[in-house]
Amino acid sequence: MLSTYQYPKFEYRRPPELAEGRGGRYPVVVVGAGPVGLAAAIDLAIHGVPVVLLDNDDTVSIGSRGVCYAKRALEIMDRLGCAEEMVAKGVSWNVGRTFFREQEVFNFNLCPEPDHHRPGMINLQQYYLEEYLVRRAQSLPNIDLRWKNNVIAVSDEGGRVALRVDTADGAYSIDTDWVVVADGARSPIRHMMGLDIEGKIFMDRFLIADVVMKADYPTERWFWFDPPFHPNQSVLLHRQADNVWRIDFQLGWNVDPEEEKKPEKVIPRIKAMLGWHANEEREFELEWVSVYTFQCRRMHAFRHGRLLFTGDAAHQVSPFGARGANSGIQDTDNLVWKLKLVLDGKAPDALLDTYSEERVAAADENLMNSTRSTDFITPKSATSRTFRNAVLGLAKDYPFARALVNSGRLSVPSFLVESRLNTPDTEVFAGNMVPGAPMDDAPVDSARGEKWLLQAAGNRFVLLYCMPDAGDVDAATADACAALAAGSIPVETLVVAERGTAPAGLGTLIDAKGRIRERYDLKPGTSYLIRPDQHVAARWRSFDAAKVRAALARATCNA
Amino acid sequence: MSLNTDPNFFTPGKRYFRAFSPGDDFYEALIDMHRDLSDEQSAMANARLILLLANHIGDVSVLREAMKVAREGV
Repeated sequence: MLSTYQYPKFEYRRPPELAEGRGGRYPVVVVGAGPVGLAAAIDLAIHGVPVVLLDNDDTVSIGSRGVCYAKRALEIMDRLGCAEEMVAKGVSWNVGRTFFREQEVFNFNLCPEPDHHRPGMINLQQYYLEEYLVRRAQSLPNIDLRWKNNVIAVSDEGGRVALRVDTADGAYSIDTDWVVVADGARSPIRHMMGLDIEGKIFMDRFLIADVVMKADYPTERWFWFDPPFHPNQSVLLHRQADNVWRIDFQLGWNVDPEEEKKPEKVIPRIKAMLGWHANEEREFELEWVSVYTFQCRRMHAFRHGRLLFTGDAAHQVSPFGARGANSGIQDTDNLVWKLKLVLDGKAPDALLDTYSEERVAAADENLMNSTRSTDFITPKSATSRTFRNAVLGLAKDYPFARALVNSGRLSVPSFLVESRLNTPDTEVFAGNMVPGAPMDDAPVDSARGEKWLLQAAGNRFVLLYCMPDAGDVDAATADACAALAAGSIPVETLVVAERGTAPAGLGTLIDAKGRIRERYDLKPGTSYLIRPDQHVAARWRSFDAAKVRAALARATCNA
Repeated sequence: MSLNTDPNFFTPGKRYFRAFSPGDDFYEALIDMHRDLSDEQSAMANARLILLLANHIGDVSVLREAMKVAREGV
């Protein structure tokens, strides 16, 4: 098989516990240097927390694996300092087309609204994402990245967690206050702790073929139900970087996975597809082939004492909708600011229970949506198939049926509306930016050079305060905002304005296209308290420092 | 009144943040209704469902229009 990618080999170094014969005690150990573990470690380091990152391997993901990274994941990667490389290398796309037999029946645009920084989705081989994250992690002085360090035992000792780690130079022990578990779907740590993960396996098999070819197909997601070149099954075509194309064939349950992986079986399938589409012989080479099944399941809770489970270790979904890696990255986004406050003694450890509550709710939403997609794509009964085909048949002519076509509801962030960290509204607002909502982006101008609202928020609590002329913020309000900024959990005020400059100590965001006003239903005086993970915590129609403090206490379990 | 073929699903009192969600709620309930039924039982359940919904709609001109569309595409 051809290879477009040179796998890096990261260097194992003798850990200090073995080199210097001393015991190690750390605030946080992250286990697993996949996308989720790397994101957690980088986020912690950015928050000033020294972190040890353990991985049992010494390279990136073998094979392209997860390829779709959604807008919200990119916004988080912006916060972590990795999105530029991803977007530059990846293939941005917004349009998906769905075909039934020979005809297109439906298409969608992931980003129908203008004036968002990041596209709906990029496609990028997982090994590139991991390479960029590793590079970023290596550039941060407080990440101790240990390759070929395999956790073989874990025990919760009450006030600390003891880890036993095996290396080529022998085993060693370290203690840590907290463990972020990001060791993947088979999670050895979950097994060592005897914790259950419940759900079901889907009785279907899928063939992934990554194919290198020069093709001028548009950069779109194409999904076929029951195509002439692969009758009764589904097929997905996606473009990745380096002229690599991902083709995903549904195979059914009763096939031999080893047999289906053989090039002499795979190549005719691809030839049939390309021949049908382009009616021509197109040269291609296989880069990676895999046959997979999948499970939909999650742990009952994502926090177990001092162990915090993230990503596939905590929950797994079907691949339809790209809700795997994308939701794992959102896990760390939710977790890290809370862990930082707990480590600093500024919030009780009950705040970490809300990590579990909020991300369990998000996992349930992801499981629900991906299970619905799976049931539509692979009907489990004759009646279900009849309904599916009826929807597809009506979709070409009738809009209601188009909305029911489900070839994957692509990853979007959860609205954490049930969270106990939210302060419920007491005033009337239009739009979707309710307490718990993930922030909508919008263009801004700022003296600090930020061009997007989401670049200006994040990593800390922020108060957005609307005032048409930022210079009109009165002295009493400015003083109250300065006091909020000087609190033990600081809240920085950003005045969202049409013009002017806010008094010293307050930031100014010029709402360049009026999109913030529109998307957040702003009126003069409207205030939004925003969490470090860019979710809305509370909002009011006027500024009241006491209410902001109460909402801040509630959002940090200090109420 | 004529047959509405635009997306029209909703749940009273429930706020949706994603356009696909109300239709998906309906579709899931529809498929769930058939869980563990034989093909024959499913056909009977479908017939009963159509009759109940037809009565709820009531307007026979709308029903005739729907029947026409349903038959055309088969």
